Parts: sequence; C-alpha cells; structure tokens
Amino acid sequence: MGAMGRTMIRYLVIIIIVVGGSVTANARELVVGLSSAVTSLSSALKMAKPYDTLCVNAGTYHPDSTLIITKPLYIFGNGNAQIEAAQNQGIFEIRSDSVTIAGFTLQNVPKNYLKDLAAIWVDYSQHFYIGNNTINNCFFGIFITKSKNGIVENNTVKGQAIHEHSSANAIHLWYCQKMVVKNNWVRHHRDGIYLEFVDSSNIENNISEQNLRYGLHFMFSNYDAYQQNTFSNNGAGVAVMFSKFIQMHRNNFNANWGDAAYGLLLKEIYDGEITGNTFQKNTVGIFAEGANRIHLRQNDFIANGWALKIRGSAMNNEFCYNNFIGNSFDLATDARTDYNSYHHNYWEEYSGYDLNKDGLGDVPHRPVKLFAYLVSKLDESILLMRSSFIELLNFAEKVAPSVTPTSLMDKTPLMKMYRPA
Amino acid sequence: MLKVFKYSFLDLMRNRWTIAYALFFALCSAGLLYLSGDGNKVIVSAMNIVLLLVPLVSVIYGQMYLYQVREYVELLLAQPISRKAIFMGYYLGISTALSLSLLVGFMLPALLLQPSYLLNTNWLLLIVIAVVLTFIFTGLACWLVLKYDNRLKGFGAGLFIWLLLAVLYDGAILVILLLLEDYPLEKLALVLSMLNPIDMGRMLLIFQLDYSALMGYTGAVFSHFFGTRLGGFILTFGFGVWLSFPIVLLLSKARKKDF
Repeated sequence: MGAMGRTMIRYLVIIIIVVGGSVTANARELVVGLSSAVTSLSSALKMAKPYDTLCVNAGTYHPDSTLIITKPLYIFGNGNAQIEAAQNQGIFEIRSDSVTIAGFTLQNVPKNYLKDLAAIWVDYSQHFYIGNNTINNCFFGIFITKSKNGIVENNTVKGQAIHEHSSANAIHLWYCQKMVVKNNWVRHHRDGIYLEFVDSSNIENNISEQNLRYGLHFMFSNYDAYQQNTFSNNGAGVAVMFSKFIQMHRNNFNANWGDAAYGLLLKEIYDGEITGNTFQKNTVGIFAEGANRIHLRQNDFIANGWALKIRGSAMNNEFCYNNFIGNSFDLATDARTDYNSYHHNYWEEYSGYDLNKDGLGDVPHRPVKLFAYLVSKLDESILLMRSSFIELLNFAEKVAPSVTPTSLMDKTPLMKMYRPA
Repeated sequence: MLKVFKYSFLDLMRNRWTIAYALFFALCSAGLLYLSGDGNKVIVSAMNIVLLLVPLVSVIYGQMYLYQVREYVELLLAQPISRKAIFMGYYLGISTALSLSLLVGFMLPALLLQPSYLLNTNWLLLIVIAVVLTFIFTGLACWLVLKYDNRLKGFGAGLFIWLLLAVLYDGAILVILLLLEDYPLEKLALVLSMLNPIDMGRMLLIFQLDYSALMGYTGAVFSHFFGTRLGGFILTFGFGVWLSFPIVLLLSKARKKDF
C-alpha cells in the first residue's frame, strides 16, 4: 500500500471520528435557519462548542463579515443553503483543525487587488473536508495555505473571469501537504487548479475547462499524482514547472488552442511518469524544456498541431508505446543531437514494412520532418504547409537526413496502434 | 463565338481523354471517400492531387487539342469571324469541358458514397479552386500555342510554367524567407504566395481546415487574415487577376499574330 493509500485511510478514520463524534453525548447539533431559534451563522459559530454540528437550513444568508471558524466543527448546508459574501469580504475562513464544510452554495466574493478574498480560505489547518459545495462568481474559489491532510471533493467552482490580471484561481493550494483534490468541476477562472509548494498530494478526476490561463498550474510541487483529470479549452492548457517525481496518469488534454497554448507544458521537471494520457486537438501536445528522466508511455497524441515539441535541454527522457495519429507534426526539436530515447511507438506516418511479422517495422522511423524543423526556425514558413515542394524536401530529408538530428529515430516502430492488453 | 465554343466543347466531350480525365478523378475521390473516415484528410489528399494534376493536365491537354485543330483554326480564320471570337470560343470550350469532367469526377462519387459531402463547404471550395485553376491554365495553354508554332517549344514552355508554379515557386519563397529571416516576414510571405494561383488555392483550403498547427502565433495571424473581409476581397481579386491575365495575353497575341 502506497503513501496515498495510507493517507486515504487516515482521512476515513478522521471522517468517522468527526461524524461519529457528532452523535455522541458531548457534541450537540445546532440548527441554523431563517425561521429557527438561531438565525445568523456568526452567532451560531460563537455558540458552538468544539466538535458540534451546525446544520444550516435552506435559505439565503447574508453574513456581515467573514465567517471565521476557530474550533473543530462540522458545518453542512441542509437543502439549498446559499451564502452571499459581505462587501469586500470572503465567506468562510478556517483557522482550526478538523473542520468540515459541505453542501453550501457560496456566491459573489468580490475581487480585490490587496487581499486574496476566497469563498473558503483554509489557513494552517489539518484534517479538513470541503465537499459538495457550489461556488459561483467568486474571486478565489477555495484557497488553502500552509495546511495538511485535507480533502477537497465534489465541488463545482464557476467564475466569471474576463481578464487575467483581475481574476483569480478556482482551487488554489500553497504550501500544502498530503491533500486530495477530487471530482471537482472548475471553470471560467484564471487557473483552474493552482498548486505551489504542494507535496505528496493527489489530484484526481477533476474537470477543469475554459479557464483564462492554465487548467492546471503547478510549481515547486513534488511527489504529486494527477489522475483521470480532464483539461479542455483552457487559454494555455496545463503547465507543470520546477517539480520532481510527478505522476500523471490517464488525463485528457483537449482543445487547448492558441498562440501560446500547450496541452502540457513541462519545464524543469525531473523523474516523472506520464502514462495513458490523451492529447487531442491541442496546438502543441507536449512542450518540454529542461525536462529530464521522464517516462512517457502509452499516451495518445491525436490531431495536434505539434504532438511533441522537445527543446534541446530535455534529456534522458523515454518515449515508448505512444500513438501518434493525425498530427500536423509528430515531433519538432531545435537540437542537432537528441539525447532522448524513442522506441516502440506507433507513428501513423510510418511507411516501412515488417517482413518477419513481429509487429515491429524493420526500417527505423525518423519522426522529425524537415518542415517541422523549418517551421521551428522560421514561423512564417508555415504558409507553405502541404505544398508539393515541401513534401519533396521532406522526402529527400527522410532518405538522407542532413538537417534533422540523425540519432533521433524510433528503431522499433509499431506496425499497429498500441492498445494496452 | 458561341458557335466555336459549342463546336469545340462538344468535340471535346466526345473525346475519350476527357472521359478518362473525369474517370480518373472519380476513381481518386471515390477511393479517398471510401478508405478514409476523417473528412479533413479526404480533402487534403484530394487537394494535393488537384493542385498538382489539374494545372498540368489543363496546360498539356489544352495545348495538345489546339495544336491538333490548328489547320481547322486557320480555315476558320479565312471566314468572316473575328479572331477574338475564334480563340475565346476555343478557350471557353476547352476549359468548360475540363471543368465539367472535374465536376462529374468529384460530385458523382460523393453523391453515391457520402452525400453529405455535396454540402461540405470545404469540398465545394476544393472543386471551385480546381475549376478556377483549370480556366487559368487552359488560358495559358491557348496563349502558348499561339506564341510557339513549334510544338516542342510550346510543350516545353507549358511544362516549365507548370513546374515553376506548382513546385519551384514554393522553394523560391522558402529561400527568400530564409535569407530575410531577421525581418518581420508575415506580410511578405503572404504577398509572395498570393502571386501564385496554386499557392493561393492551397492556402485558402488549408486555412479553412482548422489545423491545430496553424493556431501558433504566425499561423493565427494568417488565419485571421484569411478570415477577414479584406482577406477574402484580396483573394478574390488575386484570382480575378490570374483569370484575366492569360486571356489578355491570348487576345493580344491573337490580334497581332501573322498566320
């Protein structure tokens, strides 16, 4: 069992304790409602003792300031409980361990250039759970700083970002550890999910789309896993920078189009695994700069402008069992000598044969076309795409490479598309 | 003019080579439509065939036909018909016949195999481009026939023009772009490719086919250009100039030539 499994069990235990604690004699349940004894959230927070449950009935609440939670509490919305942000304030601020906030609709946190106002801000906390909330039109959605062992699950965060400089991120994690961000749907913010200095965390099954900048943006975050997420139609796709030991499995990177858009941007990334992902219709599938010792396996690159753009600074990476289908360019590089290894990939453009029927082409495949090299040198030559002259040049270069790196080839190209057994 | 047009058109439609031409395109497009599922790929493959073959066939076929009927043309010249009427009639007859076989070649398989293509704007655009290229290069063929009495010279010049516009021109653009690498080249590149009808057709189609690679910075600039009204106007103007250019050459040659 991995570290991830252990943390999961730990969370489960915590949740059982929190939920179980609420029904034991020493914890009370307070009902907050527009027609109940307690009508305001802030007075309920004052009355509550640690480990109490606050049950907030349906209705729209207008707290006059940020709701600061300083003791372990289980707070959940019962029915359609809406909370509108006060003027120039966030909504929840969690400053205690073991807090649960679930089932709310949080709305209209204003933008602020001095303070990071968020619908939910978690600071220096552990063992918190934020689940099933709907967050509309807020500056930051969920903002978590210096915290550990928290779960952010099943939230829908929808912003109305128009300009990058006046918008913020849907889920923002800063200096966190062992976090789980799961099954969230985030859109129309600046970055969908933003992580900085976040270690040993699991980002799973989220949908991040139509964000102005990155669907997922993380820096200085090590030992994290990203699984089964979908990133589509984001301004610049997904950026992964300055991180080590990253696992990216079975994610979808779709339709990230634009002059600076990448399905996945790898910058200064070491020792990662990128497996089973699908890159479809991006301007650039993967752009790698200073990415080292990464294993890219079993990914599908379909109908991208450039499936891979590899700078000379990316070394010792392994590309195998990937499918390259219908891309304008499979691989572009500016390097004269390439230090990555390519083997057992399926290249749709491969034109070799397989005499001994072992499923591997007998002639090596050179994925870098002369034209791809030309375009990377000289943007304007894209105008000559599909021209007969260019096809001639490509053919000549394929037969006798002079400009493209001679060492860069797949000596064992697959004859048929790779499908995991 | 109509009489000459009608005569040459009907003569050509009965010719087995015209039928073979239509059949060739019908087979090509049927094969592409049948084998390839993805719409864009069919159009790109068909485009490659069209951009290479249509100019070549138009030039060579036009020249062959006109050299063949040369004596008959001289007979016609002795009649009270204007030179303009005779040569325009032949020019229109040949290009209409070739265009018609193109239309049949592209429309019939689409109709039978994938009727949705009949309304696909890119497919229709490809056919329009093919027809325009047919007219341009048939015009050049007529002019060359008048210019060179020697068949070998005529065919040589025709082949050279085709090779120049279809293949070598792009190489020249590339060399120019590489030489001027240090300058902003977007406009120059556009202008240079606008001077060649084959390039114009290729770009017009490529930028319709939303290639992801074209969404890079420079590609986006070009895409934007082709999307605007100004771009459309310039393209139409360019094709217009290219359509009238061979006719002007042909008519001035026909007026002056001493038969």
